[in-house]
Amino acid sequence: MGILEVKDVGKRFGGLQALGDVNLSVKENSVHAIIGPNGAGKSTLLNCLVGKLIPDTGSVMFDGQSVLGRSPHEINQMGISRVFQTPEIFGDLSVMENMMIPCFAKRDGSFRMRAIENTMREKDVVEKAEAMLVDMNMADKRHMNAASMSRGDKRRLEIGMCLAQEPRLLLLDEPTAGMARADTNNTIDLLKQISDERDITIAIIEHDMHVVFSLAQRITVLAQGTPLVEDDPENIKGHPKVREAYLGETAA
Amino acid sequence: MLGLNNKDTKLLIVVAVLTLLAPFILNPFPAGSAMAQFNAGYPDLMQRFVIFGIFAIGFNILFGLTGYLSFGHAAFLGIGSYAAVWIFKLFTYNVVPAIALAVIMAGLFSVIIGYVSLRRSGIYFSILTLAFAQMSFALAYSVLSNPKFNLTNGETGLQVYADDLQMFHREGLPDLPHLFGLSMRSTYNLDIGAWSFSFNAGYYLCAVVLMLVFYLSIRIFRSPFGLMLRAIKSNQTRMSYTGLNPRPHTLAAFVISGMYAGLAGGLMAAMDPLAGAERMQWTASGEVVLMTILGGTGTLIGPVLGAGFIKYFENIFSKINDSILHEWFAFLPDGLENFMVFIVHPFVGKGWHLTLGILFMLVVIFLPGGLVEGGQRIGKWIKNRGKAKDSGATTEPAE
Repeated sequence: MGILEVKDVGKRFGGLQALGDVNLSVKENSVHAIIGPNGAGKSTLLNCLVGKLIPDTGSVMFDGQSVLGRSPHEINQMGISRVFQTPEIFGDLSVMENMMIPCFAKRDGSFRMRAIENTMREKDVVEKAEAMLVDMNMADKRHMNAASMSRGDKRRLEIGMCLAQEPRLLLLDEPTAGMARADTNNTIDLLKQISDERDITIAIIEHDMHVVFSLAQRITVLAQGTPLVEDDPENIKGHPKVREAYLGETAA
Repeated sequence: MLGLNNKDTKLLIVVAVLTLLAPFILNPFPAGSAMAQFNAGYPDLMQRFVIFGIFAIGFNILFGLTGYLSFGHAAFLGIGSYAAVWIFKLFTYNVVPAIALAVIMAGLFSVIIGYVSLRRSGIYFSILTLAFAQMSFALAYSVLSNPKFNLTNGETGLQVYADDLQMFHREGLPDLPHLFGLSMRSTYNLDIGAWSFSFNAGYYLCAVVLMLVFYLSIRIFRSPFGLMLRAIKSNQTRMSYTGLNPRPHTLAAFVISGMYAGLAGGLMAAMDPLAGAERMQWTASGEVVLMTILGGTGTLIGPVLGAGFIKYFENIFSKINDSILHEWFAFLPDGLENFMVFIVHPFVGKGWHLTLGILFMLVVIFLPGGLVEGGQRIGKWIKNRGKAKDSGATTEPAE
């Protein structure tokens, strides 16, 4: 029994069957990659996991509890954090403030009225956010405006913000899309380090095979909304069905 | 001090000094001189400065922090005024219960209006609030003023009549709004030479309230709640995916700013015990938007400056008429004098809106941060000028 169990999930947009009977099991403390050609339904699946979409059929269980019908902030509070394809950070705020917000969310829950206290005097949150910035190697940027950072730094900050919530499952949606090679390698190293050092499960959606094969311990291949294979990386590379999905039938 | 950092404490002290010394600051010209018409230090206008300052501070908590632009805040101002006048009519002329009920009623209404309007964001939110405010206006203006159930007294406006109940009104208390016997209209006039300064009880009540709510707004800006509101403005997607529910945050901000508006409305009725529906009209809602943007959205002091600026224009610029203009340009030859009056005429008197409009455009285009940004730029320029001179002086000998 994995920490995340997806059973027979289906999702239809009008005439398009985006997902059909997807089954997926993510083992605790592993790195699981979901790959597939464009339009395979990877992002739809991810959106079903975080509460942005509600699947038409099937069930999604996280740690024995159903996530279906819950809103994104509730699912997040259950222990699932998401990193977006284009970094979603608080661009108008400073890096430090960006990091403090998830710390408050972890400590105070989804809403708590603290309108009189002074933010900078919340010692535990300030210390935690500072420690997290040191971990992410961006302590020197703490007063910078988050929007003015490079894309690589924004990604780093976003991952750090997710980790500050101490999630049990970290979902990454093409974390290296549009990145330079050096930034991509840095991100791979960072994710490896996170997976080694923390008690955390990582599920990653990715196009870049270099990233997938350097990180994943288990891979699911999606094509046209259904999972083709689920196996270990070494078996995926030469799998005929996978080649077929990526290269087309004639080539296979 | 008071849980604030140095910069905020300084700001609070500056505001306190400015409001307490306003009767002096706003009356710089001797009475009877040609410039006396630019004096703004009479009680009525000073009260308006401060009351609209409170209104704008509250509006800024919603608009400045969360970015939700409400076009219906005047509704809460009106509700506050009506609530206060009803206290005067039924119970007592004491302003404390009147202001308290004004705040509570505005709070209740803002919970309802906010709950519905905040289901949408952006322009749809603005339109929903505008619709609610216009509905409130229509209710106050006609629906709730029928002879059977007269809650607002329609066009005439709600006011206190001699045969009203006034349960707790006793002999010896002033027949006007008062604070435990101190009439809001009581004014002490201080004459120093040619100058005349008036110290009005009502004004000082408003000033004290302004300082309190300004302090509260600083605390909110610097609190975790304020941080969350800024996060909502910046990125709602990240907000939800960080486990935070934006809805109760925005609703709380909406209710707080609605209560500020109710407080302003209550004070308005406390200064002059009548309430009219026109206070709820959309132009009044638009005015507070202008004040906030003109002063500096999202800054602490900006809305107060904007409110003062607009009210000064409304009351002082609008009083300049042609005969005053002729006086000013009297030194010119006749033809030129008439020409100058002809040129300036559209911008003063009834045309003061034109001047305000041009100023507003200039501020929005060249100073997106409002008057506060203007002040900061001037401050920087002065600092840098000083530095440039210093560095110039030190490098010259080397050459």
